[in-house]
Amino acid sequence: MESDFTLDTYGLLCPMPIIKTAAKMKELQPGQVLEVISTDEGIKEDMPAWCKATKNEFLGIEEDGELYKVYVRKK
Amino acid sequence: MSTNSEQSRPKKVTLVVFSADMDRAIAAFNIAVGAASMGMEAMMFFTFWGLNILKRRGAPSTSRGFIRRMLSAMSPKGPHNLPLSKLNMLGMGPMMMKKLMKKHSVPGVEEMLVLAKETGVKLVACTVTMELMGISKEALIDDVDSYAGVAAYLGEASQSDVTLFV
Repeated sequence: MESDFTLDTYGLLCPMPIIKTAAKMKELQPGQVLEVISTDEGIKEDMPAWCKATKNEFLGIEEDGELYKVYVRKK
Repeated sequence: MSTNSEQSRPKKVTLVVFSADMDRAIAAFNIAVGAASMGMEAMMFFTFWGLNILKRRGAPSTSRGFIRRMLSAMSPKGPHNLPLSKLNMLGMGPMMMKKLMKKHSVPGVEEMLVLAKETGVKLVACTVTMELMGISKEALIDDVDSYAGVAAYLGEASQSDVTLFV
């Protein structure tokens, strides 16, 4: 999936991927897409929940071996 | 307050941090910092043993009276010095847990305090237990946002969507 920014949270466990995503999203303009790379399986549930709470758009997850690539569009 | 503004107010989480156990403190900070990262307001109310988490490193004890001095001597000296609720083994447990956490990049209580500040979590210290246990404001870190009692806690908690006792 196309993205404007990438955030690498390789090896980090909950809640760090979410905390780093929240901080990174502040740099994005509305409409831009952030790709978050994570090795924490919890991200599959956490990122949709984070998007719902913060009113950002959850675009989907691609699984690539041990990596989860999560896509979020800033509202 | 109109229904409209109530719907648009940010969701709120309040935690009572009663325990000074490292594992419990980490769970409490995880929830508070996670909430703040989700755009929620988060407040942590530290009381009884939980106050030890807010102790300034190396702050001299100014406790007056024999019982308070004993209490101070036998209590954790700050966020770097917390016991585990299980398998403490005279301090061996926390050492091993810290090693594991470092290996897996899991932030400890000291890092969590920094994250809490960065994400805007409010840290409140209970004045009653500070007085009772002989813990002065000077013995606590500067990051404490306010010193308050049960009414302040209940005022916040009654407006909260989530409230937990740790």
